[in-house]
Amino acid sequence: MRIRTLAVGLLVGGLTMTTMTACGKEGTPATPGSGDQSGSNAAAALTYPVATGVDLAGSPVFAKMKSAGALTVGAKDDQPGLGQKDPTTGKFGGFDIEIAKLVSAGLGFDPEKITFRTVDSGAREQTIANGDVNYYVGTYSITDKRKALVSFAGPYFIAGQDLLVRKDDTSITGKDTLKGKKVCSVTGSTPIQKVRSENLTEPGNIVEFQKYSQCVEKLLSKDVDAVTTDDAILKGYAAQDPDNLKVVGQTFSTEKYGIGLNKDDKVLRDKVNEILQKALDDGTWQKIYDATLGKSGSQAKKPTLEKY
Amino acid sequence: MDVLFNNLDLFGPFFLRTIELFVLSAVGSLIWGTILAMLRVSPVPVFRAVGTAYVTIARNTPLTLVFAFFVFAYPLLDIVKVDYFPAAVIALTVYTSAFICEVVRSGINTVPVGQAEAGRALGLTFAQILGQVVLPQALRSVVPPLISTLIALLKNTTIAAGFSVAEAGAIRSYLSERGENQLVGLLWVALGFIILVAVLSFVQRSLEKRWSVAR
Repeated sequence: MRIRTLAVGLLVGGLTMTTMTACGKEGTPATPGSGDQSGSNAAAALTYPVATGVDLAGSPVFAKMKSAGALTVGAKDDQPGLGQKDPTTGKFGGFDIEIAKLVSAGLGFDPEKITFRTVDSGAREQTIANGDVNYYVGTYSITDKRKALVSFAGPYFIAGQDLLVRKDDTSITGKDTLKGKKVCSVTGSTPIQKVRSENLTEPGNIVEFQKYSQCVEKLLSKDVDAVTTDDAILKGYAAQDPDNLKVVGQTFSTEKYGIGLNKDDKVLRDKVNEILQKALDDGTWQKIYDATLGKSGSQAKKPTLEKY
Repeated sequence: MDVLFNNLDLFGPFFLRTIELFVLSAVGSLIWGTILAMLRVSPVPVFRAVGTAYVTIARNTPLTLVFAFFVFAYPLLDIVKVDYFPAAVIALTVYTSAFICEVVRSGINTVPVGQAEAGRALGLTFAQILGQVVLPQALRSVVPPLISTLIALLKNTTIAAGFSVAEAGAIRSYLSERGENQLVGLLWVALGFIILVAVLSFVQRSLEKRWSVAR
C-alpha cells in the first residue's frame, strides 16, 4: 500500500509541476464520456450564430484578426469548469472558453477557427500588449492597476474569494475561522496576499504552490486545511470530487472577470460589450452557465457590464 | 525605483529567505559532499559503490524532481513530518552535495601520491592521512570550482518558490498580482543576485590568494 501511495504521489507531484503538458499524444483517443467532468462534452452542444458583415473601423486588433482570418485567444488550461484542456483530446472546455467562442462568433469568426493559447497569470498583461493573443478570457479580474496596462470588456462573471475544505471539516466556516489552520493558494496570487496582509492565519501556516491542483492534492492528504481563491475556481474542484470536498460558501471579496483587450482599443471593447450584453439579455449567457459551472449546483449571479 | 520602494515589504524578507536558504544548504552540502568524496576514495569497495551510486542518482535527477519528491511524495511515507523550508534545504543539499563531492574528489586527485605514502610510512591511519594530509591540500586547489558550485546553488534556490518557500524567486508572481511593472521588478531581482554573487566572488578571490599552493 505504502509503495503504491508513494508512486501516486510521485506521479502527481511530477505531472502537476511540469507547466508544459504533454500534447495529447498519450495512448489511444479516449472513448466519449471520459472528459465529462470538464464539461466540454455537454458544452459541445452549445453553438453561436456567426455574425456576418462585421467591420470595426479604427480597431487595429480587429484588422489583424481580419487579415489573419483566424483568432488566437489566451486562456487558462487548468481550471475545471472554467478553462481546462482535456489531456487526451487537447480541446479546451469550460465557461471562459464558451465566452471566448461567443465573442468570436459575434465578431464574425467561426469559433472552430480559434487557437487557444495557455497564458499563465503572470504573463497576461505582456502577452496582450505584445499582440500574441487577440483577446484573453481566463478568470481575469478587473482591477484599477491592470486597467492601466490593458483594457477590459465585461465583467462577464462575478466571483468572490472563498474557501475549499474537506467535506468532513466543520471547523472552518469562513475567513475568520482560519486562525491556526494551514491555508494554500497559488504563489503570489491576490487571495494569498490578502490572507497574508489581513493576518487571517499565521505566516507559518501559509502554503504556496504553482498550481491549484497541487493545493487540492495537499488538502486531500490533510497537509493543508483550506484552499483559497475565487469561488468559481473552487466550485470546479468541488464538482470533480463532491464526496471529499466542499466550498464553504462565504465569499469575502468581489472579483469581476473581464475579457482582456489591447489597451485603448475602444472600438473593439464596445463591440465585445455589445456581444456580451446581447448574450445576457437573450438567455445565451444562462445557457452557457448551466452547461459548465452550473453543474456544481450553485446559482448564477448575472453581472452588469461596466462600460467605460 | 518606484517598483523597488513600493514593494520593499517583498524584496527585503524574500531576499533574506534566499540568503537563509543558501547559507544552510551551502553548509550542508559542503559537509555532506566532503563525506561523499571520502566514501568515493575509501579502500572499502562497499563505501565506494554507495558513493558512486549516490552521485550518479543525485546528479542526474533534475532539481525540480528532487523538490517534488520531498514536498509531494515523501510526506505520504509518514515517517517524520518536514516543513516546507527544511524540505527545501534538504532538497538543495541532496542535489548540490553530489556536485561538491566530485569537485572535492578532483581536488584529492591533485595531491601527489607521495603525500599519502609518506603519511602511511609515519604510521598514520587512513582517516588521519585523509583528514590531516590529503583533504586540506585538496580543498586548497579546488577553490574556484567549489565557489562556482555554490553560485549555482544560490541561483537554484529560486526553484523553492514553486514549493511554498517565499524567497526571491517568488517576487515576480507577487508583483504581477499587484499590477506592478514586472520587467523592472525582474531587473531588481537580477541586481540582487548580482550583488550576492559578487560577495561570493570576493570570498573566492581572497581564499585563492591566501591558500595558493606553490608547486
